[in-house]
Amino acid sequence: MRRNGPIALLFHTLVVSFVLAPLVLVCLVAFTAQDTLSLPFAGASLRWFKAVFDHPDFLQSFYNSLQLALLSATLSVCIALPAGLALGRYRFPGRDALNGLFLSPLIIPSLVLGVAFMRMFSVMGISGSFFWLVIAHTVVITPYVLRMVLAAVMGIDRSSEQAAQSLGAGPWTVFRRITLPAILPGLSGGWMLAFINSFDELTMSIFVTTPATVTLPVRMYMYATESIDPMMASVSALMILITGGAMLILDRLYGLDRILIGERV
Amino acid sequence: MSERASSNLKPKRSLPYLLTAPATLLFVTMVLVPLLLTALLALNSYDDSVGIKSTYDLHNYLAIFGDDYYLRIFWRTFWIAGLTTLICIVVGAPEAYVLSRMGRKWRAFFLIVILAPLLVSVVVRAFGWSMLLSADGLINHALQALGMAPVKMLYTSGAIVVALVHVMLPFMVIPVWTALQRLDPTVEHAALSLNASQATVLRRILLPQVAPGVLSGSLIVFGLSASAFAIPGLLGGRRLKMVATTVYDEFLGSLNWPLGASIAIVLLVANLIIMMTYNRILERRYSKTLG
Repeated sequence: MRRNGPIALLFHTLVVSFVLAPLVLVCLVAFTAQDTLSLPFAGASLRWFKAVFDHPDFLQSFYNSLQLALLSATLSVCIALPAGLALGRYRFPGRDALNGLFLSPLIIPSLVLGVAFMRMFSVMGISGSFFWLVIAHTVVITPYVLRMVLAAVMGIDRSSEQAAQSLGAGPWTVFRRITLPAILPGLSGGWMLAFINSFDELTMSIFVTTPATVTLPVRMYMYATESIDPMMASVSALMILITGGAMLILDRLYGLDRILIGERV
Repeated sequence: MSERASSNLKPKRSLPYLLTAPATLLFVTMVLVPLLLTALLALNSYDDSVGIKSTYDLHNYLAIFGDDYYLRIFWRTFWIAGLTTLICIVVGAPEAYVLSRMGRKWRAFFLIVILAPLLVSVVVRAFGWSMLLSADGLINHALQALGMAPVKMLYTSGAIVVALVHVMLPFMVIPVWTALQRLDPTVEHAALSLNASQATVLRRILLPQVAPGVLSGSLIVFGLSASAFAIPGLLGGRRLKMVATTVYDEFLGSLNWPLGASIAIVLLVANLIIMMTYNRILERRYSKTLG
């Protein structure tokens, strides 16, 4: 492998600083002691973090987002697991059509889905329902879980399942004792990825949330269009912290590079 | 794979359908039905006093394509997405190449540094840029400290492009990186040992191999940029509208849902057409290199 020259490394340094600059600066500004957006040279303080906890609307949105992400990621795994097993193992008429349907949210802009949900919810008279918000999020994040489940199912060595079967294990035992443990890393990685995607989702949610169900990204967007003060920076820093924590878990469970690059099936 | 799937474990014929039933139910009720309702809504008309009237004709589409105001928004969205794609190619493809030539440890580390921001909420990233670019933002503070006049950066198309490139860059690096992984390094060595110049290696070996990756990266970047909402919403301000922010304003501002729905449908169709065209090109390229 030939090494990079100095120009290549300079280019690389510039790209990395471009990528990191806004995120690092957000985290620094969050610690400012002043009233305006500024780097904490004049003294660091936690006052803007405290300000977040004095805003009950932000706290409420945080709980909404957390609950929403936990529920929709879990529901998504429950739906994607059997579907992934069927798509990964069996050839059957309509398989390609179903596969396309299940992955379609990846090529439909979230904005269009948001508008479509808003219309459907208003026709059905269920606008503002938290349950339907969970369902809406589930649809958007299920393709990510499904891809992970499919990759895991395709990667299973079938011989141990056959061995178990020939030793008299029933289909349920084979699934519980052999198949499930084998795909568990992919499954839990998929859950985590779904959790992060739901927790961060803005564009679709902004159409289907009502004041009672506003999620944290939607609340932040609304706040940032009105005013820019250091509290936004501290909320953002907290968001980065939570996402970072989730990424660490994801890395342990599955390997972050594998998830980000994505193993296409 | 298909023989293995069908040979053992003879399933009952209904089993795959039973297993996919929950997902089918979910995606039919939450993808097909809402999209159908939206397509119908786009045919309705809107009246300030009555609200949505259930007439069915194409006047919303005619209004969009006949009105300079909307055409200008579509054109702006198109060139901003195009420019973003171009910059992502120019920055992302070389960066993927530089990454692929690093030592193992650094490569793994920097790959995550470049790609991990994908998982950070787009609101946070958009806010980061508005903080940097605003009138009393960090860049202008630095400029003033150096004795220069402040520059208006926020609420310009330049700000939108810069932030979009920041958000979209990973989507270009990933496919190019994947294409580079398939590249056999010995071919490059062979060419160099046969006295090929660095430029020849780049043109004859690297580019043809990387082109499909660049192409599929461009498709994703263009599609996502054209429908981006948070970035133009926070960095473009009220006046510099793109398609997504226009749809938002129609739905939640002026409440003309039928018009907003028709713009959304145009966006969806344009997106699908681009995806399919690029897919067609990709397939042809692959079959050429294989055949």
